[in-house]
Amino acid sequence: MTYSRDEFLITAIARLLEGDDVRHVAVGAASPIPGAAALLVRNLKGGSPRVALIHGKATNPFTDGGREIFDAAGQGRIDVFFLGGVQIDGEANLNLVGTGTYPNVDKRFPGSFGSAYMYFTVPKVILFRPEHTRRVFVPKVDFISAPGVSDPDVERRGGPKYLVTELCIMAFDSARRRFRLESVSPGRTLEEVLDNTGFEFDIPDVVPETPTPEEDRLSLLRSSVGLEVADTYPAFARDVLGVAA
Amino acid sequence: MENVDALAAMVPDGAMLALPPEYSFVPMTLVRALIRRRVKDLNILTVPINGLAADMLIGAGCVASVECAAVSLGEAGLAPRFSAAVEAGTVKIKDSTCPAIHTALQATEKGVPFMPLGGLIGSDILNNRDDWKVVDDPLGQGHGRIVLIPAIQPDVAIIHSPLADRDGNVWIGRRRELATIAHAAKTLLVTVEAFQDESLLANEASAAATLPGFYVSAVAEAKMGAKPLGLVEHYAADTDEIAAYARAARSEAGFDAYVQRTVFGAQAAAE
Repeated sequence: MTYSRDEFLITAIARLLEGDDVRHVAVGAASPIPGAAALLVRNLKGGSPRVALIHGKATNPFTDGGREIFDAAGQGRIDVFFLGGVQIDGEANLNLVGTGTYPNVDKRFPGSFGSAYMYFTVPKVILFRPEHTRRVFVPKVDFISAPGVSDPDVERRGGPKYLVTELCIMAFDSARRRFRLESVSPGRTLEEVLDNTGFEFDIPDVVPETPTPEEDRLSLLRSSVGLEVADTYPAFARDVLGVAA
Repeated sequence: MENVDALAAMVPDGAMLALPPEYSFVPMTLVRALIRRRVKDLNILTVPINGLAADMLIGAGCVASVECAAVSLGEAGLAPRFSAAVEAGTVKIKDSTCPAIHTALQATEKGVPFMPLGGLIGSDILNNRDDWKVVDDPLGQGHGRIVLIPAIQPDVAIIHSPLADRDGNVWIGRRRELATIAHAAKTLLVTVEAFQDESLLANEASAAATLPGFYVSAVAEAKMGAKPLGLVEHYAADTDEIAAYARAARSEAGFDAYVQRTVFGAQAAAE
């Protein structure tokens, strides 16, 4: 079965959400790929984990205002969240503010959203940035919206666990403050990853290939799960999964 | 009952103006009226993020500073006038993060001068906020360092709701951030799609979704008053129009032409 890049990324993220430690996945605004991955796993596992799409209607469980997702995370009620970045460095620092010298940066992006809190409170943060270039993966971010690691006298139960790009998946080791390459996408190479990453990372002796999408999962995405995706992301469901709401 | 221009006149130059997020009852008709009244030197607080309203006010020269967790047009991309103004230094930027803005308003709700918030330490957001303070757990319970966020009391907050009653009670549904904004702001100006004669407090189901009138300074009718943004269960966002704005506002001239058409022109006169 042929598949698109986005379908590949959905199934790649879904495999990171299958463990029993994942009881509640929250997905921020404008994140159809992570949202579809969470809905896929929920379908496969018969209703667990809970999935909260904050801009959905029936898929948005929050009834106590914008603060509720942060309060829930602060209490440990959210196990997985997704963050990205204009820049990400080798210590998993995230920059969502802009490039150049702050405050009057050369190129201003929207801002840090809730990253400076969710990164500390959600145990399994998955960094998701399809574009894998040296523009994004820099030696050191120009502005730290949210730091990848913290000193011991700062309370922190959460942080980065994985980085998913179109080229590869990396895992983050907080104790060593370093990423480690987990697998490389089909048809891509370790050399490409090295060429397009501006920071150093650990490389295993044998680099596995990220599995291609499972056929049964592609079928689900293009049918029943696609319909659930369409409830929140109608354009994405139509254009990527071929499902009309 | 007031009209929208009368509400716009109640926002003084130099006010701290709180704006709700894009999905939550943004009063675009009132924002256009503010631009027409040529309000100046607003200090915008996005609760905790905003997009089109903040971007248009910035582009129209109404804004001195922005405190935000983000300003973004969402699917339509970056907020072009916001980005340009921050890059050029023509508005002062106070970067924050979503829960810090909620926390600052909750402090005002409770009438306390500050509240603690976890996270943040190690972020350059914190390093650029000399109004925030890091302290060692003051109760000695072994929680390490924590950030204190000062209370924020907006001068004016503005929202657009589907419905109010004749007593000034306003339906907000589950958009409880609007309650937090209302509780914290000195003045709350509300536009609505419609009024109903029966009190929203008359039954428990609607009362639970209602902001009581004692928080509300003035209410005016504005049909389709969130357009081109959406209003849940009433109308969807006009994504073509928002995309057209995003394209036009890439340049100052394009923005000016857009504002001439939609704020000052015939289209605006129809409001």
